[in-house]
Amino acid sequence: MNFKAIDMQLLNTISDIKAIPSGAINIRKDGKPVVRQSSANIFVGPNSANNGLLVEIKPGTRNETVHVPVIVTQAGFHDKVYNTFIVGEGADITIIAGCGIHNDSHNDSSHDGIHEIIVKKGARLKYVEKHYGEGSGGGKRILNPTTNVILETGAMAEMEMVQIKGVDDTIRTTIAHIGDKANLKIIERLMTHGIQKAESDIRLNIEGRGASGQVISRSVGRDDSSQIFKAAMAGRNECVGHVECDAIIMDRAKIQSIPELIAEDADAVLTHEAAIGKIAGEQLIKLMSLGLTEKEAIDTILEGFLR
Amino acid sequence: MLKLKNLVMTVDNANGSRRDIIHDVSIDFEPGKLYAITGPNGGGKTTLAKIIMGIYQQSSGQIYLDEEDISGLSVTERARRGIAYAFQQPPRFKGLNVSDLIKIARPGIDGLELRLKMRDVGLCPEDYLERDLGPGLSGGEMKRIEIAQVLTREGVISMFDEPEAGVDLWTVQRLIGLIVQKYQNNPRSTAIIITHHENVLPICDEIIVLEEGVIKLQGPAQEIWPLIKDDIQCKMKDQCRSEVCYEL
Repeated sequence: MNFKAIDMQLLNTISDIKAIPSGAINIRKDGKPVVRQSSANIFVGPNSANNGLLVEIKPGTRNETVHVPVIVTQAGFHDKVYNTFIVGEGADITIIAGCGIHNDSHNDSSHDGIHEIIVKKGARLKYVEKHYGEGSGGGKRILNPTTNVILETGAMAEMEMVQIKGVDDTIRTTIAHIGDKANLKIIERLMTHGIQKAESDIRLNIEGRGASGQVISRSVGRDDSSQIFKAAMAGRNECVGHVECDAIIMDRAKIQSIPELIAEDADAVLTHEAAIGKIAGEQLIKLMSLGLTEKEAIDTILEGFLR
Repeated sequence: MLKLKNLVMTVDNANGSRRDIIHDVSIDFEPGKLYAITGPNGGGKTTLAKIIMGIYQQSSGQIYLDEEDISGLSVTERARRGIAYAFQQPPRFKGLNVSDLIKIARPGIDGLELRLKMRDVGLCPEDYLERDLGPGLSGGEMKRIEIAQVLTREGVISMFDEPEAGVDLWTVQRLIGLIVQKYQNNPRSTAIIITHHENVLPICDEIIVLEEGVIKLQGPAQEIWPLIKDDIQCKMKDQCRSEVCYEL
């Protein structure tokens, strides 16, 4: 498969790859798989309904990475895919997902990725998903990811979900069920510009005894963009949960942050912190007193905040 | 090197009246000298440092750096000409770490020097370089990192705003030693320390006492220190001998 430069740039932006990596991979372009390859321990193939992907990681697989990026370059294309990931018992692996849309037309392009992730007993997963849009046309670049995660006994997952730039409309839904002694950490980073709209709805169900859940959200709203962040955390056992949402608001942006805690067990300890504010004048002055211009200071602060 | 000429800063009071918080201040800072600015709270010490840095704009008067009038220059431009200021209460940055900030203070600093600078201020580089400058650091740690940045900048004018505040006694001695060693008799630089510390004031070359925005006293430390010593040293010190007593 020969990729055009534009494809490689998108792939590089969303999944840091400069060439097609060896190992387990699936690259989906405009609704079709264009590269698909399994490794000795990781099966990558169609799911039974044939409307998406099945990625099955053998128990005990360690230090392997699966790449499953999606790119949409055909203007006006609406892509929808159902992917299932099963991380076998005791495995320790990384999944790099992500979606890049290039749209120069006046028609909207979209990708709806519906992911189901099952992390089996004692397995560890790092999941990274980057979203990015580009192109000069007036057509919108729309991404609506839905992620369902199930963590079995003693499983651990860290999910990093990033929307870098250029995505006009997004509704992101994440639902997690956390079993006994399992631990889930969700890190969300988001920046909106122009008239972009972003909504993130995270629901963490901490069901197991000794389980823990953590949501860390950092976002920056610029220009006339708007963001809604909802994080509902339910503790249904002896467990610990924490939600932290921090937002920097600039220009004429609007940001709404709605943390929600639901305790259904007297031994559930749930906490949340939410803060929205502009960049503090002191921070700018401090960096300018080290020789940065005001613009460099703002960029440095935002870059650090979203890192 | 740095010349302040008839600086005045006037502010509006809540009742609509106007008040000078800096009133006709002229100082000639010479290279190779260590200056202490002291005086009561609200006397204008931090305001003066912030005017020099360009954070506040004076109402009248001029500031010259090496004969150049820098009165109209921005904070950034003054920083690039070698003026450095260690904040009294350094701001925190979520997401930036200690090494990021020091690298901004001194672009191109190598790893070894970065580590040495951390050790200088009593912070173990392995523990601190990757630490986030958010709420996880204590006030004293923030302060030491702040001082490390200014020491790293190698500025021509380095100002330290109450470097001892919030820092434990052991570290204070070490910090002061560093500042003295680095700036005293260094022909390329001048250090200005805003301080009330009885161990710092007598070892500076000059002491400036600022009270209600006016220079009350100014001169060599050996002349000024005896005059202000009684106001600064704790009057109960002889009785308690600085020992902490616990009643059983």
